[in-house]
Amino acid sequence: MKMEINQAFDKICKDADAHIKRLSLIKGPRISIGMATCGIASGAIDTKKAFEEALKEQGIDGQIQTVGCIGHCYAEPVVIIDHPDSGFPPIFYHHVTPGKAKMIVQSFLIDGDPLFEYLLGATKENELIPQIYDFPRFSQEKRIILQKCGIIDPEDINAYIDEGGYSGLARAFQLAPDEIISEIISSGIRGRGGAGFPTGKKWGFAREAEGQDKIMILNADEGDPGAYMDRTILESNPHQILEGMIICAYAIGAGSAIVYVRSEYPRAIEMISGAISQAEELGLLGNSILGSSFDLKISVFKGSGAFVCGEETALIQSLEGERGMPQHRPPYPVQHGLGNRPTVINNVKTIASVPAILNNGGDWYRSIGTKDSPGTAVFSIVGNVLHAGLVEIPMGVDLKTLIFDICGGIPDKKKFKAVQIGGPSGGCLSSDFLDTPIDFDSLAGAGAMIGSGGMVVLDEDNCMVNIARYFLEFTQNESCGKCTFCRIGTYHLLRILDRITKGQGREGDLEQLKTLSETIIEGSLCGLGKTAPNPVLTSLRYFRDEYEAHVLEKRCPACVCRSLTAFYIDLDKCARGCDACVGSCPVDAIFTTKNRKKGVDQALCVKCGECQVACPPEYNAVIRVSPPEKAPIIEKSVN
Amino acid sequence: MSKIIVDEQYLEIIEGTNLLQACLENNIYIPNLCYLKERKEKNASCRLCFVEIEGMPKPVTSCTLDVEDGMVVRTDTPAVRRLQRTAFQLLMSVHEVDCAHCPANKKCELQKIARFLKLGLKPKGLDHSLRELETDHDHPFLEYFPHRCVLCGKCIYVCKKRNGRPYLTFAGRGLDTQISFFGDKDPLKLPCAECLACTLICPVAAIIAKTDT
Repeated sequence: MKMEINQAFDKICKDADAHIKRLSLIKGPRISIGMATCGIASGAIDTKKAFEEALKEQGIDGQIQTVGCIGHCYAEPVVIIDHPDSGFPPIFYHHVTPGKAKMIVQSFLIDGDPLFEYLLGATKENELIPQIYDFPRFSQEKRIILQKCGIIDPEDINAYIDEGGYSGLARAFQLAPDEIISEIISSGIRGRGGAGFPTGKKWGFAREAEGQDKIMILNADEGDPGAYMDRTILESNPHQILEGMIICAYAIGAGSAIVYVRSEYPRAIEMISGAISQAEELGLLGNSILGSSFDLKISVFKGSGAFVCGEETALIQSLEGERGMPQHRPPYPVQHGLGNRPTVINNVKTIASVPAILNNGGDWYRSIGTKDSPGTAVFSIVGNVLHAGLVEIPMGVDLKTLIFDICGGIPDKKKFKAVQIGGPSGGCLSSDFLDTPIDFDSLAGAGAMIGSGGMVVLDEDNCMVNIARYFLEFTQNESCGKCTFCRIGTYHLLRILDRITKGQGREGDLEQLKTLSETIIEGSLCGLGKTAPNPVLTSLRYFRDEYEAHVLEKRCPACVCRSLTAFYIDLDKCARGCDACVGSCPVDAIFTTKNRKKGVDQALCVKCGECQVACPPEYNAVIRVSPPEKAPIIEKSVN
Repeated sequence: MSKIIVDEQYLEIIEGTNLLQACLENNIYIPNLCYLKERKEKNASCRLCFVEIEGMPKPVTSCTLDVEDGMVVRTDTPAVRRLQRTAFQLLMSVHEVDCAHCPANKKCELQKIARFLKLGLKPKGLDHSLRELETDHDHPFLEYFPHRCVLCGKCIYVCKKRNGRPYLTFAGRGLDTQISFFGDKDPLKLPCAECLACTLICPVAAIIAKTDT
């Protein structure tokens, strides 16, 4: 049997290799364009069109290949051009607008000048151009989950197989299901969905659970604001996910599997659905996979975009056609899951790590990262950071290295204020925590959590009370309304925060925020409620002075909260006769003084900040202050 | 039979009986709103029936536990009361306290719990605010008062049980969650006129028959 499986897999590999070789024989340059959602949003469709037109106009033979996202969102649209005839290595271009695309075709593909001002680096070692993999944004990463993302064509199964794809599955079929589970247990991998439960243990429970028709569910209901790792992986390398799912299903003895993905991810749905059909065609899915006796059917279920459906019992309710509301656990889904069948629910990143573990062994995986949190973590780092995007690092790297070395630090010479880790369930950590290693337990100890991997970097211009209010507004809107603490408790937290940001904070508000938060954590039914107050508690703990400034002095130290701030124009800086701000004001609050400078009528001003944007940087005369009384009164000219 | 101790009282209970049920049957009151004996998967949504059990680090909801031999239960510890009082006050902070005009007056579960927890009906320390929801008069046989509703979900359960499918559902999210009717608006096709199970089970008169108004 094992021989037959190997033979079947060898044939698939040979076919894939032949297919890829045929592609590489096509003459001319090969242009790879990052076309995941992030690339498309940044204009990659127009860039692709520009390349197609330019190649046609110039009569150049060449291939245009679409790839997924390489994780460098700050540089989108991203294009890699492999043009061996030029004598240059493959080159990575950033911010390729349609205009740049046409220039690159003219200069590089025809005249042989790679346009050094537009390139980021080379993707191979060479004498001419610095290699991108030497840059800190690349060199300090350790890519297991994202390894092939943005490199291979996600719509071509052969591209994945040619890069070693599905070999983990072939190896898995050489093992007994229990041996696979032991391998996963020995790797020490913990669930990447947030809670960090040991994956091998979960699989083991499901395997031992009594009941027929076990089922495997991929949880791709990613809903944290600012987090998009799962989407990117599904869009950029869906086959790695499928491979992991098949291995999991085989290990636990499931005959069917479901991809639960939110319908707001149309491209991810398209990619994973396409990948399923391709895998079925090659006999990697369906009946007697690779000639073995194992059958598996994978279907795709589109969730309707409720944040709470990422919680596994709510996810199951939603699959059963009910309103997505969490249930009391136990029983856990591994015993009584979908339709009371034993069910394993794993996050996308957990499953994407599985093929590599099978290929390289559990000990290899355990050697990466820290003792209690082995492996790598993928973060989507957004906010006030220079090189935003997806980063995959070994667990244990500290926050400072991640934010300042790998991601280039804070732009515009601003100061770091906080980092919000783990989305609405996570916490805000101050600069005191920059040395904290990133692993499940260290972050939890600081009051935050890895969560699903969203990380928002905040500079000095952010108001922490307002940030906490933002996250509470999110959880309150997304609360399913089932249990008292989450439904009404988070509403009161939000109400108090709202009041504080409007300058109506009262004595005792901060104490009430704290005690109410603690009670909500203790009393709520599900994980959403149990973690919802974390942004309040952590910001209150680490930025109490800001809360106190709001409540006691009616002052917003970061000058963000509208009711607590005012704009005025510094007459020493304002240029006589300049009217830039006047035109920008939507409510005609800006008037001209008698010496033809400008003033703000505080009674009319809605504090939108447009005048500050409009004021030319050489004057920089519009100033925002808090509390509003600090704005000097400027007399209107009397006509 | 399992021997358990609840508040220093020795009880003999059939193994596997629901703990909240066992306490209620032995005249040990634990506040609850969403518990239904016949419902297999407990809702556990009102978060009132907390107890402390020896060997468990934190208070737990008694409706989700079965009796086990040797269990030592306390229903009145400070931690339990703190959770119960907060949950109750949260419920009351969005409840329209107008008992004189409410058909549930004097048989209302909320009044009973308030007496038991020694709390007033108007919460202290929390802003009282009614949601921007309106009384639903659309149903041909029923009226729904969102400002009375505690969202215990009993009505949905009994409706589904009686009629094979629910004609009621939760709608909205967060604080705006409410009970909503769906299905046919054609009164002839609705079983409600004869059924009225939801109005009978509602602990706070949030759903009442139209004839009652």
